[in-house]
Amino acid sequence: MARTISYMAAINEAMAQEMERDPTVIVFGEDNVGGTGSPGEIDAWGGVMGVTKGLHGKFPNQIMDTPISESAFIGAAAGAACSGLRPVAELMFVDFMGVCFDQIFNQAAKFKYMFGGKAKTPMVIRTMYGAGIRAASQHSQTLYPIFTHIPGLKVVVPSNPYDAKGLMISAIRDDDPVIFLENKVQYAEEGEVPEESYTVPFAEADIVREGDDVTLVAIGRMVNMAKEAAESLSGDGIECEIIDPRTLSPLDDETIFESVENTGRLVVVDESNPRCSIASDIVAMVSQNCFSDLKSAPQMVTAPHVPPPFSGVLEDLYVPDAERVAAAVKATTGAGATA
Amino acid sequence: MKEGTVVEWLVEEGADISHGDELVEVESEKINNAVEAPTSGVLRRRVAKEGDVLPVGDLLGVIADSDVPDSDIEAFVEEFQSTFVPEEEDAGGPAPETVEVGGRSIQYLAMDETDSGTPLILIPGYGGDINIFVFNQETLSQDRAVYAIDMPGHGGSEKEVGDGSLDFFAGVVNGFMEEKGIGRAHLAGHSMGGAIASVFTLDNPDKVASLTLFASAGFGEEINSEYIEAFIAANKRKDMKAALQRLFADPSLVTRDLVADILAYKRKDGVNESLRTVADSVFADGKQSRVIDASKLGVPILAVWGDDDKIVPSSHSKNLPDDAKVETIENKGHMVQMEAAGPTNRVVSEFLSRVE
Repeated sequence: MARTISYMAAINEAMAQEMERDPTVIVFGEDNVGGTGSPGEIDAWGGVMGVTKGLHGKFPNQIMDTPISESAFIGAAAGAACSGLRPVAELMFVDFMGVCFDQIFNQAAKFKYMFGGKAKTPMVIRTMYGAGIRAASQHSQTLYPIFTHIPGLKVVVPSNPYDAKGLMISAIRDDDPVIFLENKVQYAEEGEVPEESYTVPFAEADIVREGDDVTLVAIGRMVNMAKEAAESLSGDGIECEIIDPRTLSPLDDETIFESVENTGRLVVVDESNPRCSIASDIVAMVSQNCFSDLKSAPQMVTAPHVPPPFSGVLEDLYVPDAERVAAAVKATTGAGATA
Repeated sequence: MKEGTVVEWLVEEGADISHGDELVEVESEKINNAVEAPTSGVLRRRVAKEGDVLPVGDLLGVIADSDVPDSDIEAFVEEFQSTFVPEEEDAGGPAPETVEVGGRSIQYLAMDETDSGTPLILIPGYGGDINIFVFNQETLSQDRAVYAIDMPGHGGSEKEVGDGSLDFFAGVVNGFMEEKGIGRAHLAGHSMGGAIASVFTLDNPDKVASLTLFASAGFGEEINSEYIEAFIAANKRKDMKAALQRLFADPSLVTRDLVADILAYKRKDGVNESLRTVADSVFADGKQSRVIDASKLGVPILAVWGDDDKIVPSSHSKNLPDDAKVETIENKGHMVQMEAAGPTNRVVSEFLSRVE
């Protein structure tokens, strides 16, 4: 049997193997080493959830802690990337990204374009997204659509441990800035992961499940919801094809279009708020390119257009679940109430 | 393989069938395959329904003579279904092991519960691993111990491949036999694995009881180098699927899981470099670098080929000695031991017991 490790361990192993292979790979962020300045606490913490734990012991010269100043250290990452290093910067929660949009949107994303292709910016920004741990509105958002909107950035959202490791290695080796979004609820999720280094390419969607009736495109943690819904729908005779884009920019639209050409029905499951989301983007692209194949109106299953609630009861209602996915699928087949 | 989906029955209830007839098509995790009649008689019951997902070992149907009363058939089905317990998920047969050979970690799968007779060693071809013998190894292990080996650069073995030559791989086979204390064995190789087995035989005639060559390389210059290049270049699902479909006469046999498994292997660090090294050594300039003088092999030879082999032409069997047994199977491709597992297993079993 292949080895089984967690989503978190898979990301840690990817960074460790790349730091070992290439000494220009450096890692930094808040508390990435440990509680800076706290005696006995070196390597104790390893980032907010412990993803970088153990790296300092193995690579003391390739990892450091930063001050609590996102704009400073994300800017430093962009500069380091332009001058020969391959930084992996951790920006705790994607919700905090706002203070360094200039560094990301106007600097890192633009260098290659503004310098006529002569500059490369091989940086990775690791960050957590998603609701589910009662962390309230400023620690629970799903903000990957904002980065997907900006040309020059690559946006990666792994849905399982195998992809997390292979996509992280691809991200570190990529010469463009990559925003790597980790779902905080999934860190403990286990899966089969080879011990060797391997890559999962960008712009190739994974067909998680084959089916002829409805195309279900699901992103990140939502792949699990889609799988659960597809299993129950299979009992009702509805076979879903589940597509996990894995990277939102670049996006493998071809795989989605081919699936819709076969099924004629589309449901997109996205934990983001609905307006200007990946769900609305994919629905638009499919409507434009596959209009004559569609047998019913595409459906979106997303969070409502409100901030993630702190109340546990409300937060549980906020995140799309398998039941809502199944209802949306049935809506596309005309077999039940709309979502 | 733990379970399979019943795709389609190929014979009607009440039909007379002979041992080896294809009865029902089953889709497993890796590939679709027809289940063949294990005996002759009348197909009295089709118990499994099309679309059923059944564990390995479950009842598909009942074959009996026409004079067995219906009540006996029904009693048998009832008895089977009330007592059948599928194997535990984790107890799905022996697991691959590793052994150190010449400083390299080599993965192999041993099925050695029966140790009477001379053991058989299965050698996969270019890009292939022990899984290509998934439909053969267990059946063949009823008579003797059977080992399937991942060559360096392939499957779960060390990625580094030395100079990537047939001599290098033959040396690994030799080292494996020494590590496992196997003095003499039947060798069977698929494609490049057949060429490896043949080179090994030339160097070590005393260690080889017989040679079984599945769609073997090594006996003519032609090779589908477009396939080799497409296999090395493919890093996405669609390209890999198109490449793998050339290996089969029936392209629909290539499943999503098979494609995913091969891609997961190809995406490991070092694999593409190793595949390149081997291709440059064994298939340089679009042809096979080494054509073996088969008259010098000096051991009993069985060759099994599909007549629709798009990688190594089945006409290469003409370069084998006159006393070699050649079995050409109609409408099957390069992966003949998978695509025609039943007939292949029968002819190999019969050959091995004859030359034992």
